[in-house]
Amino acid sequence: MTNTLPTIALIGSPNSGKTTLFNALTGLRAKTGNYPGVTVDRREGIVQVASKGARLLDLPGTYSLHAISEDEAIAVETLRGTRPHEPAPDGVLIVADATTLERSLPMIAEILLLGRPTLLALTMVDELKARGGDLDIFRLQGELGIPVVGVVGNKGLGIDDLRERLLDPTVWAKAKNLPQSDVQARFAWADALLKKVTRHPVQESGLTRRIDSILLHPVLGGVIFLAFITAFFQAIFTWAGPAMDWMASFMDQSARWVLANGPDHFLTHMFADGVLRGVGAVLVFVPQIALLFALIFFFEASGYMARAAFVVDRLMGWVGLEGRCFISLLSSYACAVPGIMATRSIPSPKDRLATILVAPFATCSARLPVYALLISAFIPSTPVFGPITMQGLTLLGLYLLGGISAIFFAAIFKRGLLRGASLPFYLELPPYRLPSFSSIAIQVWRRVKVFLSSAGKIILAGSLVLWFLLNHPAPDLGVGADGPPSRQETLEQSYAADIGRALEPLFSPLGFDWRMNVGLVGSFAARELMISTMAQVYAVPDDDENFSGLRTILTTPDPITGKPPLTFAAAISLLIFFVYALLCLSTVAAIKRETGSWRWPLFMLAYMFAVAWVAAFVAYRLAL
Amino acid sequence: MVLIPGLNKLPSSTPTTLADLPRLGMGRVIKVVGDGPASERLRELGFAQGTEVHFCRQAPFAGPIVVALRGYQLCLRLGEARLVLVEKPGGTV
Repeated sequence: MTNTLPTIALIGSPNSGKTTLFNALTGLRAKTGNYPGVTVDRREGIVQVASKGARLLDLPGTYSLHAISEDEAIAVETLRGTRPHEPAPDGVLIVADATTLERSLPMIAEILLLGRPTLLALTMVDELKARGGDLDIFRLQGELGIPVVGVVGNKGLGIDDLRERLLDPTVWAKAKNLPQSDVQARFAWADALLKKVTRHPVQESGLTRRIDSILLHPVLGGVIFLAFITAFFQAIFTWAGPAMDWMASFMDQSARWVLANGPDHFLTHMFADGVLRGVGAVLVFVPQIALLFALIFFFEASGYMARAAFVVDRLMGWVGLEGRCFISLLSSYACAVPGIMATRSIPSPKDRLATILVAPFATCSARLPVYALLISAFIPSTPVFGPITMQGLTLLGLYLLGGISAIFFAAIFKRGLLRGASLPFYLELPPYRLPSFSSIAIQVWRRVKVFLSSAGKIILAGSLVLWFLLNHPAPDLGVGADGPPSRQETLEQSYAADIGRALEPLFSPLGFDWRMNVGLVGSFAARELMISTMAQVYAVPDDDENFSGLRTILTTPDPITGKPPLTFAAAISLLIFFVYALLCLSTVAAIKRETGSWRWPLFMLAYMFAVAWVAAFVAYRLAL
Repeated sequence: MVLIPGLNKLPSSTPTTLADLPRLGMGRVIKVVGDGPASERLRELGFAQGTEVHFCRQAPFAGPIVVALRGYQLCLRLGEARLVLVEKPGGTV
């Protein structure tokens, strides 16, 4: 049925309220895909009125039809009908902010010059009125020749009328009085037209000016920005943390229940330890992704995100990135998966890729348990200054090392691999606005869905493979063995152990023995699994509170060799290795999804491993 | 390169650019120079001949500037701002 519906392309500049309008028109009847070969979201929804409908295609926001970036090119090619496998739209719905028509009318003229049936929706008409502006929409419609509808997307005003009109673009009248297509002529035409239809010009938003005089103050602005990112970061930790713990323990309990109550069969084990824990490994990210994107979309729609980018742009400029990269890097400190997904707000593909390439260096929360275990086992709690101990300083050092390395490598990539003309930097500072709750909720849901359907599949499949490697083949205990094999016995004879032993030549220069290599293999499903895998290899009892048992085992000298399983130097080496190595299947899956191919995730696995190996080797030699 | 507004005054015969706006307060666009993507985009963003541009603020350490034109505010780095030639209305700079 959808093939017979008319296709309407939705186009508008960023900050015009395009996304809010799309969400108001289509609700949850929208699906997100990918344009083939590029990493731009393709969003399409159905506008439904009774039994009739229209397909609404949300084109990437653009300020001009002279595309200078990938996503703008898609918007322009779709409008022109020159994109392969994308039929020319039956109608075009232009979204324009009624308060900034002076800027957007020239682009509207250019779209009208394409000659397709076009309808103009003016958003923010309530704000226009509140700021003393008055626009003769009826006259504007007469001058342009096309239908013009005023809407307030976040309050739903005018939406029903607009929906009705979208059903049949063939009845929209044709545009008239169009200017020449050169830019100077279009601006002159816009100025003349605006003079005719403006009853009262819109005033500058006084509220925005007052807020900006504080938030963008040279000193105060920086302080508020620091407070903002601290709160942002803290929110992800303290609000998402409990939800993630709950999700993880729920899946763990389910797995235990299945194991306890199901028949002792290969499939039961696979379902409990492979599938359920694998699904858990995917679901555990959902609270964090949802919260992070709710915050990002809120601050974006309210207008503060652009201000934050302004405040931090000078700093990022030294590295060769721009202000908008900062939020992704910061988010990666909680978890690289949402951080990498958040790079979508960076317009320049090179800046975006550079940010993705270094995001996993940021010290994500999954590293913390490993750091905590190793530091508490090997670093003395000597007081250094007041309440600050050697242990605390080491942890801080590891966090800083991650951040500095991310910045350092971003600078390297921007000067080498990703050198060349980047996009010009410009950023609109829209007036502060109250975001629409339902629109944000819909956008967050879309992000979560994209994560579950693409990255989630890879994580689940990877978890199953790792489960298999860690638990197979079934151990052969020989004759006379009593009872089922212990987890340690299973692990010692598993394929993972074979891999661990095979990796010995590679990792012995770093001071790791095969058991630790098995831990590294296990940590690839998720970094925090390093500890539970090592607990299995060293046969620590299941109810090991705070891993004190594992700590004791790791530091107690072997009676035969006289050396503990993990020496001080090897522990330092392992810590450094963890700072740099991309030991995270979920991040690999997210990179694959966001870059559109396996090329970049494989490159990152390789270069981060090389950096990790060299750094750990140096650290090991120094610490010996 | 770090550009400190006010310290790098251009000879008075040369038209000034948008990068001098922190000193000028406001200016009228003469033209956007060049035909690269940045120049092209600046024209589309509304830096048409005769457009009045007002200075709003600048980030510290020669950071990006915020200007107001055509009823909206735009943040530009000094590198891009230097592509827009402006004059102070009613007198030379």
